[in-house]
Amino acid sequence: MTIRKEHHMTSAVSAADLAPTTYAWEIRATGLKVRVGRKRMAVNGLDLSLGTGVHGLLGPNGAGKTTLIRTLATVLRPTEGTLEMLGESAGGMGEHRALRRRIGYLPQEFGYYKRFTVREFVEYMAWLKEVPKADIPAAVQRAVERVGLADRADEKLKTLSGGMVRRVGIAQAIVNDPTILLLDEPTVGLDPAQRLRFRELLQELGTDTCVVVSTHLVEDVAAACTGVVVFAEGRLVFQGPPDELASVGGPEHVGDSPLERGYSALLLNPEQGRGTW
Amino acid sequence: MSREHASERIIDGYAHGGADLTTDEVWAVEAHLETCRGCRDRLSATVEAEVPAVAALVDTVWSGLEPRLAVTATMPRGRHRSAALSRWMTPTMVPWLAMVVRVTLLALLLDLADTGYGEVSLVLLLAPVLPVLGVAASWSRGLDPAYELTASVPRAGLGLVLRRTASVLAVVVPALSVGGWITGVMVAQWLLPCLAFTTTTLALGGVVGVTRAAVVLAAVWAAVVVAPALATSRTSFALQTGGLPAWGLILALGIGVVIARRGAYSVLGAHR
Repeated sequence: MTIRKEHHMTSAVSAADLAPTTYAWEIRATGLKVRVGRKRMAVNGLDLSLGTGVHGLLGPNGAGKTTLIRTLATVLRPTEGTLEMLGESAGGMGEHRALRRRIGYLPQEFGYYKRFTVREFVEYMAWLKEVPKADIPAAVQRAVERVGLADRADEKLKTLSGGMVRRVGIAQAIVNDPTILLLDEPTVGLDPAQRLRFRELLQELGTDTCVVVSTHLVEDVAAACTGVVVFAEGRLVFQGPPDELASVGGPEHVGDSPLERGYSALLLNPEQGRGTW
Repeated sequence: MSREHASERIIDGYAHGGADLTTDEVWAVEAHLETCRGCRDRLSATVEAEVPAVAALVDTVWSGLEPRLAVTATMPRGRHRSAALSRWMTPTMVPWLAMVVRVTLLALLLDLADTGYGEVSLVLLLAPVLPVLGVAASWSRGLDPAYELTASVPRAGLGLVLRRTASVLAVVVPALSVGGWITGVMVAQWLLPCLAFTTTTLALGGVVGVTRAAVVLAAVWAAVVVAPALATSRTSFALQTGGLPAWGLILALGIGVVIARRGAYSVLGAHR
């Protein structure tokens, strides 16, 4: 009897939960370069350290945001430089299974199987993410509830609207309770009310997760992010809290809000690259 | 079950607020109640019979929760058949596999009808490329909408590639066996080229992407073996029994390359 009881007690708080973290930053890149196609360096010498919190990744189209997020999701291999995630090197040829189990990823083009129901799809993704079999039903239910789709969970994906499909995408990204959550343009297709709800979810997730949200909407960053990373032409232009970005801009810069003016001030700076339109 | 359960005294004490119990007893009984349905039932029976104050509180909480629970759909019990199947093949592979089976049947019918290709067996000619089509469909960026998600998961990689390849072969090999049996072709004569082509596709796919590899190999096969065989009405040397050791060698080489480069299947490149 005592043995059984001990087993129950250890399963409540596992050794992995109690182990101290062995890294200072969830994501740490030094001199990171990623080649896309034959010649173009989409990420070109990036030094970046990200910890727990919500980090908004801002940048003009073609700045290399998607390439960076894909590299962080370990589906693209860095060409040069080092990338350390959760204290593990993510550069080499390995499969990074242990690391990937702790990453959630929503790609920009979120593809899905139309005939699956919401629950079937998120369950399938949980299986692909090697969530223990016994935990899958509960994890799926929790993820679906967090994105507010519990009442539509057993409907087929083809019957859902674009915004709802996007939320399914967020549900599959958080189903494995990731330590690093990578969201590429998650707010596209969400209506204003859903966007507000999504920002709340981001803030909630950011308390114990390193969330990287790529976006081109400055107001998303202002509302939900604890840190801003401005990225242009494959290089880091700015990293700091949203207030600091706002203070960069003056009244002479283009934009409707202090944050937008700060953003356009950074990108107009001739040292940081050419015009951005 | 052989495990020990909470005694009547402890359940009773816990129902009355735990004042009569020591702290470690309260701790132990709470931990036990979380995992033991029988003791929970006993506790609730005790509460209802003896402690009206707690029973009233539970009722209040329950009536507050009920409307919120009513709108949430209950989780259906049991899994869907399609969910179990999707571990072996993506839904987009199904029409491709159906097409592969239809092509096999068509080749078989043409063989049986003896349409003037002499001794050439169409089933034999097509056997190597049929599974390649299915394998390509399982890793194609154009055909599988969830390719990027699939590439990013921990299960991606050689294991998943082999799983999907196995499911393709599970469909193709029986279809070809029937065809081979009816037309009287030796099993090794079509099975070896079939497996060799499949592994070569995977090996090449690790470098240039599985879909591209499949297209290249199918084109080469059509140009080098199928076209001359149909033109001359003679079975190419490649498919005669003398070619079997060569096919075996290709198969072994393919398996070797696939294992050596197994890391390549977990990145986006393999989906081209």
